[in-house]
Amino acid sequence: MTYLDFLLIFDSALRLATPLILCAMAGLISERAGIVDIGLEGKLLAGAFTAAAVATLTGSAWMGLCAAVASSVFLSMIHGFACITHKGEQIISGIAINILASGATVVASVALFQRGGQTPTLDRDERFSPIDLPSTEALTDIPWLGPLWKELISGHTIPVYIALISVPLIWWLLWRTRFGLRLRAVGEMPAAIDSAGVSVTWLRYRALIIAGILCGIAGAFLSTAHGAGFVREMSAGKGYIALAAMIFGKWKPWSVLAACLLFGFLEAGANRMQGTPLPIVGEIPIEVVLILPYVATVILLAGFFGKAIPPRALGTPYRKER
Amino acid sequence: MTRLPAWIEYLLIPLMNLTLAFAVAAVVVMLIGENPIDALTVMINGAFVYEGALGYTLYYTTSLIFTGLAVSVAFHASLFNIGAEGQAYLGGLGALLVALMLQDWLPMILMIPLCIIGAAAFGALWALIPGWLQAYRGSHIVITTIMFNFIGAGIMVGLLSGSLMRPGQSNPESLLFEDNARMPQLHNLLGEFGIELGRSPLNLSIVFAALACFGVWLLIWRTRWGYALRTMGASEPAAHYAGVPVPRMIVTAMCISGALAGMMAINTVMGDQGKVTLGFPAGFGFTGIAVALMGRSHPVGIILAALLFGALLQGGSELDFEFQTITREMVLLIQGLIILFSGALSLMFVPWMERRFARKEIA
Amino acid sequence: MINETRPRKQSEAVSNMPPAVYLQNITKTFGAVVANDSVDLTVPTGTIHGIIGENGAGKSTVVSILYGFYTADSGSIEINGEPATITNSADAIERGIGMVHQHFMLVPNFTVLENVMLGSEDGFFLRKGKAATRKELQRLSDEYGLDVDPDAVVETLPVGIQQRVEILKALRRGARILILDEPTGVLTPDETDRFFDILRGLRAQGVTVLLITHKLREIMEVTDGVSVMRRGKMVAHKQTSETTREELAELMVGRRVELTTPRIHVDTGPIALEARNLTWHGARGVARLRNVSLILRAGEILGLAGVSGNGQSELLDVLSGIAPVQEGQIIIGNRIINNNTPTDPAELRGLGVAHVPEDRHKRGLVLPFEARENAVLGYHTGPNTGEGRFLSPRALQGHCETLMERFDIRPTNPKLAAAGFSGGNQQKLVMAREIEPEPSIMLIGQPTRGVDIGGISFIHAEIMARKAAGCAILLVSVELDEIMALSDRIAVMNAGEIVGETTRDNADYRQIGLMMAGVSGTGDAGISGMGDTA
Repeated sequence: MTYLDFLLIFDSALRLATPLILCAMAGLISERAGIVDIGLEGKLLAGAFTAAAVATLTGSAWMGLCAAVASSVFLSMIHGFACITHKGEQIISGIAINILASGATVVASVALFQRGGQTPTLDRDERFSPIDLPSTEALTDIPWLGPLWKELISGHTIPVYIALISVPLIWWLLWRTRFGLRLRAVGEMPAAIDSAGVSVTWLRYRALIIAGILCGIAGAFLSTAHGAGFVREMSAGKGYIALAAMIFGKWKPWSVLAACLLFGFLEAGANRMQGTPLPIVGEIPIEVVLILPYVATVILLAGFFGKAIPPRALGTPYRKER
Repeated sequence: MTRLPAWIEYLLIPLMNLTLAFAVAAVVVMLIGENPIDALTVMINGAFVYEGALGYTLYYTTSLIFTGLAVSVAFHASLFNIGAEGQAYLGGLGALLVALMLQDWLPMILMIPLCIIGAAAFGALWALIPGWLQAYRGSHIVITTIMFNFIGAGIMVGLLSGSLMRPGQSNPESLLFEDNARMPQLHNLLGEFGIELGRSPLNLSIVFAALACFGVWLLIWRTRWGYALRTMGASEPAAHYAGVPVPRMIVTAMCISGALAGMMAINTVMGDQGKVTLGFPAGFGFTGIAVALMGRSHPVGIILAALLFGALLQGGSELDFEFQTITREMVLLIQGLIILFSGALSLMFVPWMERRFARKEIA
Repeated sequence: MINETRPRKQSEAVSNMPPAVYLQNITKTFGAVVANDSVDLTVPTGTIHGIIGENGAGKSTVVSILYGFYTADSGSIEINGEPATITNSADAIERGIGMVHQHFMLVPNFTVLENVMLGSEDGFFLRKGKAATRKELQRLSDEYGLDVDPDAVVETLPVGIQQRVEILKALRRGARILILDEPTGVLTPDETDRFFDILRGLRAQGVTVLLITHKLREIMEVTDGVSVMRRGKMVAHKQTSETTREELAELMVGRRVELTTPRIHVDTGPIALEARNLTWHGARGVARLRNVSLILRAGEILGLAGVSGNGQSELLDVLSGIAPVQEGQIIIGNRIINNNTPTDPAELRGLGVAHVPEDRHKRGLVLPFEARENAVLGYHTGPNTGEGRFLSPRALQGHCETLMERFDIRPTNPKLAAAGFSGGNQQKLVMAREIEPEPSIMLIGQPTRGVDIGGISFIHAEIMARKAAGCAILLVSVELDEIMALSDRIAVMNAGEIVGETTRDNADYRQIGLMMAGVSGTGDAGISGMGDTA
């Protein structure tokens, strides 16, 4: 395999990791605030559908993105209404959102387009196209760096770059700002926040809004950047892999990014290796590679490499106590 | 702590939640531009009236009783088993392996119980690992069961497109169950006694489902083991105090839960398709969560809730034929709403009810 | 009301400044429970004012209303002479009110600095706020002697220091009125003394302190004025210098306290339970029990005194089989329990060990279960519950009815959920369940916590009757009075060790108090080191 082959695998890994990164950051910020978010999958799916549908109807990928964010935030707010305002069971609410999204996207898609649950294929203008970063031309001839810049770093769609920027942004927000300090506190010990005169409810809602925005962008990436339209169940479990990556990265932004890239790399490698036998082990069925992230997460959760300690107040609604 | 009267808690509030879910669905239908009453009529006809419709409804109900019971047994132990889907899938594998090994030699009277045991055992195995990890390693059961759904699905795809694939097929599906390893369908069975029944996949599994309901009721409410299980579910410190072996109980409860989920396969795989197909649990494991929630984790409630969802699923498929713009996924939407209102938002009406109830008491 | 004092009159003596806190006619109900019934309270500026009352008298509710945790149903609040509407903690903080809760409101894995700045961060970016808070901590440390390491992670600090962090937090937010809710429950007498010095220092700086407690000693020692609450009502306001412990006690309880259960003398029998050199490490390897040895004889009550959190709970856990024996051994009859031969609560029940747990809500009862189900908790495999592997509702009903009648548990409804009973009746249900099988050994933790006076005498009498019947009893209580009233021998625990033991007849309060504080008690004739008796 050549250097270029490697670059192409990494390039593909980055694209495959993009929705994972965005959703995992969404999960991270929500769970750091103490709200379990297994509804990532549903928000991702809803975002994907709305982005494609609105892009088709308006002809603008950006309108699609905004709509995706809006629909995903809407689902986040349902989650908040159930779990924060009414102190409902967070896991049940998450499952409800996933099922709701998987039903509603098809129902709405059939009602709008009558294409058996798909949206029409999007034109070039209705999608996010790859953008060439400046100085790509200038660097082309430099060995190693030139191809690296051209194949791996430049030439991605906007959501890919948003995903990459979201990681330092979330890190900065959590560890360098007042909002982050309070958010982490509310996920550990909400009573401390309440007695400091800060609203637990509003903090948690804000965390969910941010999570909704990130999932919406991830959805838009799936249907209007990576793909060219919505197909039913197009999230295909990516929300759950993101959840796995978030746990795998122990709720820390940089580690979570690494986990997402690893999982993306596994998938990209598997796609590329399909059908080609490897030395010693022979041909590896793609199914085996695809379940590796889940297996790795289970092993991590079992405490066989390091302990993953979730935020202390995760999953428990806040009730004032006497 | 005020307690609401039983009729409010077990009848009125579930009904209000259900009504709310249907009301939202009705609004969606109206937004699409159709008449909700028409849609409902189509669904009711599709579920109960057309020939064979009731059979299909009860066929779905049977599957849902199994997965609903599975989720509820775990609920009683305060465990959230989201893995019924994967456990049912693996249950199909268990039944298949038993059938492939033995069906050439053994008669039906032995094959059916053995296949059921195979299905239950594999379902139990797929729940045992998350249960063990929860009990002895502290891994959160919700996350591990989600992961196990995907791992199970990956394994099944590998097997169904690999060593277990029936030659000459383009789609991944398994070798066939012979007749002696198939669950007799009721319209055939009753036909022998001269009773005419519309053709439907409804099969003997419904009898096993009913037995399972009774068994679960007996186990949970009428045995010492069930008492220990409920104690653990209600208060783990109290269970430790009472000398309940908590880790062992967690593993056992998950195994029973997984076995029940695995038994869903006897209905679909042995009772209808006669083979294991790709993704045959088709979301019934997740619907089992809705069934357990609606049915308040009690076998009687589960039967009623399973019937409701069975009717929805069967009636919903009729929507595809009658409407251009409404699909059967409408049912998925309704299901999501029901889980939302009767699960996550189940406490929404309670404070309001308590206020009303308290006022009555003073007056 | 015993002493209906107009607010003006009460504050006259101190100064003509408006009072720091002035509450009038505060009423608050929770469902059918009236927690505060038209409560009045005046706290003069720059004083330490105590609010005293029994558990459940409504003290915490008053201050929760003052701090905005709850909103009163009716009544008015004035802070420094100005009418104030306080609907949440932010309102309270803005008016210079700070509160140190009974259970600390600290984020365990944050540093001291992060905890102190939480809620008063000085702008959106943390950098600036951190520097300012660090400087402020230094100032507070200089002024009040509140010394802490700002970069220490809170969960690694001892409780006394954590409490200091709570006070710093309030002061950092500019608190001039400081509410302390049962602050000394987790402190040793020595820590308590240092804590009182801090309070006096705060008062000298003009801070008004509101001290909530149920301990008379503390009121007498540190406060300027005191208000007494009973059953949701303010029953008296007094100047501390003009009242006595006896008077306050009477006001608190409403009648003369008779904490003397007639003690029955029984000749002690053979050793029923012996613990030898038990050492036990909790989470993160902290030693909770160090080399604990004790002997229980048939027909005697061994009282275990100590400030809560000094290993009593862990000792009960190990002796009752809930926690495994790590080092040392327990000998019951000819059964030897050590880390190679572990036991569990079920086996110990079989050996005749009954356990009344310290926390009936968490352990002793399953609150959503019916009384009849709770009446067999831990005995669900026994003969009172049914046949074979099955459980019979009829058997449960009959068994529960018997217990309810014998122990006067009300309401006599076996189908009522345990949560529906009062604290006293819940405790009686637990006691009844544990006494009924006629155990030869009883481990009893906090038997009367949150129980009304009538219930207390009933429970004490039952314990005494068990002793008379030849049961060996270990009584763990944080109420020294209770220990004194019931025990034949008294052992004192401090920091996981039994630091001394005495007979009831030789015991005196002062000596035991010192031992609870970890001050060695050698030199007193009545007290010997535990090592000698083992």
